[in-house]
Amino acid sequence: MKDKENVLAQKFEIKGRDFGRAGNISSKIKEILQETGISTSIIRRAAIATYEAEMNVVMYANKGIFYFSLDPDSIRLKIDDKGSGIKDIALAMKEGYSTATEEYREMGFGAGMGLPNIKKNADKFTISSHPGRGTSLEILFFLNDSESL
Amino acid sequence: MTLKEIIHLLQAELICGESHINDQIEFAGGSDLMSDVLAFAKPGILLLTGLSNSQSVRTADIIGAKAIVYVRGKKPDPEGIELAKKKDIPILLTDFMMYTACGLLYSHKLSGVYPEPSKKS
Repeated sequence: MKDKENVLAQKFEIKGRDFGRAGNISSKIKEILQETGISTSIIRRAAIATYEAEMNVVMYANKGIFYFSLDPDSIRLKIDDKGSGIKDIALAMKEGYSTATEEYREMGFGAGMGLPNIKKNADKFTISSHPGRGTSLEILFFLNDSESL
Repeated sequence: MTLKEIIHLLQAELICGESHINDQIEFAGGSDLMSDVLAFAKPGILLLTGLSNSQSVRTADIIGAKAIVYVRGKKPDPEGIELAKKKDIPILLTDFMMYTACGLLYSHKLSGVYPEPSKKS
């Protein structure tokens, strides 16, 4: 059981299509992690997953809530968005599959790499979606090697 | 290769990050697609891109790039330059096209991100 005093938790709101601020949350979380002394490779994996998840909400949802928590054993990210959701999760997890508009591609995104890249970087990744309502992601990084095996 | 040598080779203009001019750059990679950069880049990379919006700088920060080179005369937007200054990421501007800029660096022994494919007999 986690000691509540050893848990750092923050909640962020993401607005859909707010490209001006897209990435702010990821930078903030990376800064928090850099202050903790966690290994740079874990910080990098967490920062990439955070950024991919944040961009997904900005591009595909109306709004979202980003929960971040850090305890002595793990980094936990939970992203709940309200939007069109994903009809076929297995298809969305395939590298290269994308429903991005030309506008998003011109911005350097929408190559169909986001969700697979989150999964690749995470120690544990869960996705659920309700078409017409939204999508939830849970992303976990273990801070102790023994747990990541 | 130092950033200074890269600036000379690419006839580039350095618009921020002057304090890093003597930093060593070990490898580089080029893409306009940030999705690919996020999927394949390694920390310490010199990122060459023609994508001039602020997400290119954000991506560079997230992956831990050492510097960004904007090719074919592109220049990041003001938000991108501001972010690069805040994150202390050097920005270089060159008029060379992506292919030529990468070729110049590679021919001067700056390697890519990945091991060369093994030779097939």
